[in-house]
Amino acid sequence: MAGKPVLHYFDGRGRMEPVRWLLAAAGVEFEEKFLKTRDDLARLRNDGSLMFQQVPMVEIDGMKLVQTKAILNYIASKYNLYGKDMKERAIIDMYAEGVADLELMVLYFPHMPPGEKDAALATIKDKAQNRYFPAYEKVLKSHGQDYLVGNRLSRADVYLVELLYHVEELDPSALANFPLLKALRTRVSNLPTVKKFLQPGSQRKPFDDAECVESAKKIFS
Amino acid sequence: MAGKPVLHYFDGRGRMEPVRWLLAAAGVEFEEKFLKTRDDLGRLRNDGSLVFQQVPMVEIDGMKLVQTRAILNYIASKYNLYGKDMKERALIDMYAEGIADLDEIVLHQPYVPREEKEANLAKIKDKARNRYFPAYEKVLKSHGQDYLVGNRLSRADVYLVELLYHVEELDPSVLANFPLLKALRTRVSNLPTVKKFLQPGSQRKPYEDEKRVESVMKIFS
Repeated sequence: MAGKPVLHYFDGRGRMEPVRWLLAAAGVEFEEKFLKTRDDLARLRNDGSLMFQQVPMVEIDGMKLVQTKAILNYIASKYNLYGKDMKERAIIDMYAEGVADLELMVLYFPHMPPGEKDAALATIKDKAQNRYFPAYEKVLKSHGQDYLVGNRLSRADVYLVELLYHVEELDPSALANFPLLKALRTRVSNLPTVKKFLQPGSQRKPFDDAECVESAKKIFS
Repeated sequence: MAGKPVLHYFDGRGRMEPVRWLLAAAGVEFEEKFLKTRDDLGRLRNDGSLVFQQVPMVEIDGMKLVQTRAILNYIASKYNLYGKDMKERALIDMYAEGIADLDEIVLHQPYVPREEKEANLAKIKDKARNRYFPAYEKVLKSHGQDYLVGNRLSRADVYLVELLYHVEELDPSVLANFPLLKALRTRVSNLPTVKKFLQPGSQRKPYEDEKRVESVMKIFS
């Protein structure tokens, strides 16, 4: 069993979904231990597994890593999805951070109080259409290559494609004016590892429904 | 003039301060172009300098980098403040991300509406004393070394020391029970580059007073 990363989180997308996508895209098998109750979280806290008392936490290569960005950076480095040098890494980081800014709003959306959802959705749609999607479409147009950086798949492409799917769930016509983003999504989705992950029965999580939100609330309150 | 990074931001700490600290600690001279009006921001946006229409932005080595983490990661890599290998980088990232989480609340304190300031301050004190400072004290205690990772100065140490100063401004007795953090701060503060940065007249920015907050709000509203 040594070797397989173990993901500790609740059974939902939340902040762990980008980690699942990246491991899957890299073709890395992983296990998941789902928190179901407050006691599960307390147990992890009490045995010193969570540096800041928070999840996500991923056991990988003898480390208990917390902080999503630390986890994603490590996986990307290990599986060669982080560019060929320091400069490519900087560009990848810049693009990934932009995705993260929007993806955070998207991942929180199901967990927001009902009265705030309309405003949140409007913000997501606006930022996607007017700030983020145009930025990435412009990048792809500028070099005409198949991937965002260095003519090679990187974590930025995987993260962006995940975001495109998630935003489209909330706004079905979100990609209408972004042909290069659509093409990127198709290309990445057809990679064997990603294709497998997109099929039913994979560890990809569905939109956090009311039941999932309820159980997350119980664990984390 | 080729070679000196140029920082584009308003004349205040905000999200750029960790970049100033890291460049200074690395002994790198840098220039600053301060946004003073909405037009200044408008100009940067219109000439395509800002991938997501936001600052901070740093011109460095032919790139116009945005997203604070992308900027910090690049500087850390370039100046050998990012550990010796992938695993050390993962730990440094994990520690830096924890600091960033607390810093997010701290850097907003000047900008929080007056009626919310007390609650925000209480949150800072609670998280510093009960979650974050104990975590870093524990790391230093666990290995007894002079720095957080790999027995060598890294970006995590620089970022943590910056945060210790900033939290102490808001909560003067906060370090009372954290002797190892105090020792780390003294040690890092005595490094020639950091010592110089801590002196008056350096590019280190003071706590944002009301006048500064007002002028910043005008730029970004």
